[in-house]
Amino acid sequence: MLSRVSRSYVRLLASLGLWSASATTWAEEVERWGVNMTQGVTPMSHNVYDLHMDIFWWCVGIGVVVFGVMFYTMIAHRKSKGAKAANFHESTSLEILWTVIPFVILIVMAIPATKSLIEIYDTSESEVDILVTGYQWKWKYEYVGEDVSFFSSLSTDPNEINNLVPKGANYLLEVDEHLVIPIKKKVRFLVTANDVIHAWWVPALAVKRDAIPGFINESWAYVEEPGIYRGQCAELCGKDHGFMPIVVEAVSEADYEVWLSEKKASAAKLKALTEKEFTFDELYSQGEQVYGKNCAACHQPDGKGISGTFPAIAGSAIATGVLGEHMRMVINGSSNNPMMAAFGPQLSEVDIASVITYQRNAFGNNMGDQVQPIDVLKFKQAK
Amino acid sequence: MAHGPAKGITRWLYTTNHKDIGSMYLWFSLAMFLIGGVFALVIRAELFEPGLQIVDPEFFNQMTTMHGLIMVFGAVMPAFVGLANWMIPLMIGAPDMALPRMNNWSFWILPFAFCMLLSTLFMDGGAPNFGWTFYAPLSTTYAPPSVTFFIFAVHIMGASSIMGAINIVVTILNMRAPGMTMMKMPLFVWTWLITAYLLIAVMPVLAGVVTMMLMDINFGTSFFDAAGGGDPVLFQHVFWFFGHPEVYIMILPAFGIVSAIIPTFARKPLFGYASMVYATSSIAFLSFIVWAHHMFTVGMPVAGELFFMYATMLIAVPTGVKVFNWVSTMFRGSLTFETPMLFSIAFVILFTIGGLSGLMLSIAPADFQYHDTYFVVAHFHYVLVPGAIFSIMAGVYYWLPKWCGNMYNETMGKVHFWLAFIGLNLTFFPMHFVGLAGMPRRIPDYSLQFADFNMIASCGAFLFGAAQLLFVYNVVATIRSKHKATTEVWENPEGLEWTVPSPAPYHTFTVAPPIK
Repeated sequence: MLSRVSRSYVRLLASLGLWSASATTWAEEVERWGVNMTQGVTPMSHNVYDLHMDIFWWCVGIGVVVFGVMFYTMIAHRKSKGAKAANFHESTSLEILWTVIPFVILIVMAIPATKSLIEIYDTSESEVDILVTGYQWKWKYEYVGEDVSFFSSLSTDPNEINNLVPKGANYLLEVDEHLVIPIKKKVRFLVTANDVIHAWWVPALAVKRDAIPGFINESWAYVEEPGIYRGQCAELCGKDHGFMPIVVEAVSEADYEVWLSEKKASAAKLKALTEKEFTFDELYSQGEQVYGKNCAACHQPDGKGISGTFPAIAGSAIATGVLGEHMRMVINGSSNNPMMAAFGPQLSEVDIASVITYQRNAFGNNMGDQVQPIDVLKFKQAK
Repeated sequence: MAHGPAKGITRWLYTTNHKDIGSMYLWFSLAMFLIGGVFALVIRAELFEPGLQIVDPEFFNQMTTMHGLIMVFGAVMPAFVGLANWMIPLMIGAPDMALPRMNNWSFWILPFAFCMLLSTLFMDGGAPNFGWTFYAPLSTTYAPPSVTFFIFAVHIMGASSIMGAINIVVTILNMRAPGMTMMKMPLFVWTWLITAYLLIAVMPVLAGVVTMMLMDINFGTSFFDAAGGGDPVLFQHVFWFFGHPEVYIMILPAFGIVSAIIPTFARKPLFGYASMVYATSSIAFLSFIVWAHHMFTVGMPVAGELFFMYATMLIAVPTGVKVFNWVSTMFRGSLTFETPMLFSIAFVILFTIGGLSGLMLSIAPADFQYHDTYFVVAHFHYVLVPGAIFSIMAGVYYWLPKWCGNMYNETMGKVHFWLAFIGLNLTFFPMHFVGLAGMPRRIPDYSLQFADFNMIASCGAFLFGAAQLLFVYNVVATIRSKHKATTEVWENPEGLEWTVPSPAPYHTFTVAPPIK
């Protein structure tokens, strides 16, 4: 901890020194320290930034006047300097004046704010529609009409979070699958949630919409520059609220089309794998990865769970019981505990088969049995 | 006086004396303030640097939740009720509160409510972990089992607040000394009268919303469960219909306190008394029609969004009037800077900063970027810490000599003030920056670009926390001090409370005082 303090202290001193030496502009320094809202990469985000700066400067102006008078009076009208108190205590004209002036300022601000708001709400004539669904604690993206959908979850190494290895540049802001969108197209986001309320927020797009189960909220963005834009869930959604980032990758239209067709091809390949018979070792090692990504957040990497909140997998009645019940729990979720989501719609047959195989044989469960993807498919079709 | 206080523990258990009950409220609030503060320091310690070091995310969420609940319902509200109990009868020339037995009851149910709330920390599954705003369905379908205890605790606190509020309304309307007309009442009495009406109006709404939760959790209803045809957004509307007036409940009495203190140390009458009363009433009215500005990202129709944006912006007008009046009261006065005055001046400056960031938040399109970030955390802490907390401390330093008969140590008071002032700004000012730069609130770990400011904020928080130990010391030392205070305490202060001896006798104004 101390080393970190001294490091940031040195960094602060160094940056002050560098600043005077290399004469970087004030604006650049402000940018580097991250003290202000991003201007973003869409016309609307620039618009929002301008509104923010307008109201900010109004506030600064009001502050300068009010605090100016206060500090003047605190210096000039001290009893210790022999100030004698005046006795005035009302003035109707002053009261009217300082009611009317703020009111006028408010009207000046309300006009552009109203215009922007109406524009933000106009989600018509979109060219790409993406259904964004919040889950505890990952995002699902479905490209409407394209038959492409996938989950996107945190890819930061848990060892970085637990301070065992140095943290990377995009610590907590990196995911396994980017949301890829084309530039120079009106992209509409349809935002909802599967369990609790989340909020989908990408500052560079100036888009923040609550993801609410049972509702579909709409928003849109028109990105002008290719690039990678990072955001986070903005509504408290439980234990790993701080660990479900969003990464948007804006690419040219041609690249977008290529990406889409690759996505479709790999989906087809995955489907074909359902028919394949896997060895135990293949299932086990694949299952370990699936477990780490989907189960470990609650049931813990060691399978011991958290007492009173998340049941253990190690030695559990289900993971060491009848295979069908285990499959039912993973595929359909728990009927009495909503925290245990239904993973049937979330994971591929291969992933479900592997993770069940893994759970039945890891953590000292040693059941020795296994599940093939085709069994999962049959179970799903049977219900 | 004929009747002294009873001896032993029964004095406190059975008391119907407004001064005893006021003191108990204040001690209770101080205890809760320290507990809630420790929770805040757990949060700041975890956020000292990136990565998870001290607590796991599950416990972190319990800390943010309990910190908010304890500070709002345990520290700020009981402190104001305590001040009301002590000062309102003294200010209006009444012998006691109008409903003294209910007064006893409304205090004594509070410790049970908070013991129950705190006991959830030791329950299987942990304490409530869904934030002090407890949005459904995180607080219903997905909540830990302790949520039912939380609901019961909220019901009890609500009952306590409603009884306290009724008592204050009845006292002010019926117990004023002859000649004490409404427009002669000190502003603290006015702001509390309006606050009490707000409490009576919205605490039942809070009780309603937690009862709906109770039904959803235990009796199979689906008020807030979309899968059962319910509406999670309904929760937020009902909650904030309570919640927004609630934030004014936590600030209007503060307006009254600083309106008493600034004239004393400026040696000049309060500027614009009548406009202060009207401004307070306007703020109270507006507080009922702005609730959905807490929900700008929830997906309301654009017409609703615009209505709540305009109504919210309007609040700046009466709030501005109050600030301008305080500044005008100071202007061309004869200023001295004793501890209560320092806290009051800091109140005006820092509350204004919080008000200005509130004005920024009212601009709905910009709020899409501010919402649920540390910018909001900075905003409401600027309003509540130098607002509610500083005003309470100003009030304690101002009236403590009247309560206990002894003068506090001015140097120690000033040291407390400056440490608290510096700690507060170090803690909360950098939060504006990280919020604008994109740090969401209520996260136990953050990405690297927020590291420097978070470290500064954590250092400031520990300084602020340490300063409060000095406050406890100052209060205890003053009570045990031998440095007697005069009847007037200050130089020519206005108000009936300064006409009774210091310490105020157990019974005051058994004969109504003459009002000029």
